[in-house]
Amino acid sequence: MQAFAFWVLAAAAAGSGAAVFVVDSMARATFSLLGSFLCVGAELLLIDLHYLGVLVMLMMIMEMLVMAVFMIMYMMNPAGLMPMSMVHNRRGALAISGTAFAALAAGAVLVPWPERRGAPPADPTRALGEAVMGPKMLVMMVIGIAILATMIATVVLATHRGRYDRPGSDARAEGGGGG
Amino acid sequence: MNLQAFLLLAAALFSIGLFGALSQQSVVMLMMGLELMVNGLLAAGGGFWFYVSPGAADGQVLVLVAVTVMALEMAMGFAVVTALFRARDVDLTDDAGDLRG
Amino acid sequence: MAESPVWAVVALPLALAALAWAAAALDAVLGAASAGGTGSGPGPGLVRACGDPLHEAVRLLTQQRRRTLMADRPLTRIGVVVLPVAATLAAVVVPLGGRAVADLPVGVVWFNTMEVAVWGALWLTGWGADSAFPLAGGYRFLAQGMAYELPHMFVLITAALGAGSLDLGEIAAAQDGLWFAVWMPVAFAVYLVSALAMAFWGPLGHPLGGDLAGGAALELSGPDRLVFLAGRYLLLTVAAAVAVPLFLGGGAGPLLPAWAWTLVKTCAVLGALVWARRRFPAVRMERFMGIAWTVLIPATLLQMLVVGVVVLD
Repeated sequence: MQAFAFWVLAAAAAGSGAAVFVVDSMARATFSLLGSFLCVGAELLLIDLHYLGVLVMLMMIMEMLVMAVFMIMYMMNPAGLMPMSMVHNRRGALAISGTAFAALAAGAVLVPWPERRGAPPADPTRALGEAVMGPKMLVMMVIGIAILATMIATVVLATHRGRYDRPGSDARAEGGGGG
Repeated sequence: MNLQAFLLLAAALFSIGLFGALSQQSVVMLMMGLELMVNGLLAAGGGFWFYVSPGAADGQVLVLVAVTVMALEMAMGFAVVTALFRARDVDLTDDAGDLRG
Repeated sequence: MAESPVWAVVALPLALAALAWAAAALDAVLGAASAGGTGSGPGPGLVRACGDPLHEAVRLLTQQRRRTLMADRPLTRIGVVVLPVAATLAAVVVPLGGRAVADLPVGVVWFNTMEVAVWGALWLTGWGADSAFPLAGGYRFLAQGMAYELPHMFVLITAALGAGSLDLGEIAAAQDGLWFAVWMPVAFAVYLVSALAMAFWGPLGHPLGGDLAGGAALELSGPDRLVFLAGRYLLLTVAAAVAVPLFLGGGAGPLLPAWAWTLVKTCAVLGALVWARRRFPAVRMERFMGIAWTVLIPATLLQMLVVGVVVLD
């Protein structure tokens, strides 16, 4: 039963992942990608990772919705009403990714993976929390700083006005008062 | 359902994402490819945790880091696209080759 | 927590639907009362208003669908259907009398996820119609989501922190004697505000605002519209139902059994949420964004600090 669920979800994850680059409409592409994430989140639920599985679903729904806003903002053909091709070097990309898959799959099957050590804890969520707040705290601290740096960098990059022109001042002829 | 199955799923997702990242002209679609690649990492991380070393939380921490990296990657990517679009009105990778060697 | 019986899987959606219908009826009654002016007392108009949701449902079921040009119909359908489905799935972790339908150890995160799925549902509904006003409505909900989500998450974490568990059943059990609503009043108040926001209801119903001629739901007609509106009432119901284990002690109470207390408390919260619709003026989402990030987030963080210090003790 579990194995069946795994393979169905795996096929759905890969299929909707591939659909991202097939469909014309940006909205459909974004939500195909979301479908792929939801399937992987469900796969994590299958191996007792309740917290991480649900977290992946939660974060990816929010992320894809934000993504949809940008997709539609920047694509010249967001709804895919006029089908057009936006790819370059398709054959090369296919060859490279096909080779990569063959190599990775061969590695996955052929490498003698180590024997399983230990058993899953009764509550993996608690184990994760204790690891993150204990021996793995440095990881979380680095992540925190990375998030802060990203926040600052994104605002600096994306902001419309520079340091010295403020809304209301006519420092620039156009758009100065836009804010 | 075993480690090999999870790794095969991860390989498939990674390769599909790689194809997208290499072939798509639009920066936004390229980022979707990158996200798919990290998605494969999530599956692999979970699989390694459960089938290799469930006693330690390292695999879980890896998945957590990957999820965060995805969010950061997307935020940075969109900020760069916004800056690029504002400066030059383009969103295609071919027009953004400033750092070409 | 004990395994729940199989019949609960059927009973839960039915109970939800009944509560959602009650909420719709109450809203109709309040609407009729405010339209009829004050002092006239409960007249025949109010009695008729009770049946309004049923009339409306039948009318929508028999109505012919209106279509827009080049609509993305699959996406619209997904959006419309996800709304009630997500609300129902969110409810499976709510403990009714000591047991939930699905005994998920991370119930709080699950509820949060299902409620975020509504973002997708509303945006898809707005996008799919290929019409300007619904699209703007969908975007409005995303903006509102950015505003309410962080305080909302902090509030959920605060309750979980107070109980030391992400399981709604254990959170309810941890309030033995003192409800979280009493010693986390800020968190409870913010939860109620975010409940209004997540169900785009009343003062935070701008995504469906009259200034957009109905916003995201503008082009929905017939059964689609029925499912969408029912989904919204279900969402409101679930938001009220989750407030009970989070802040109101779950099924704790004298005399009555636990499930009855859960029901009574859910009805009380739901009634308050429905009542709030005609009581408060609409808040535009950019105003709400300002309030959320400058007032609600610091307030919830302080609340979390207080709870953390108390728990540590």
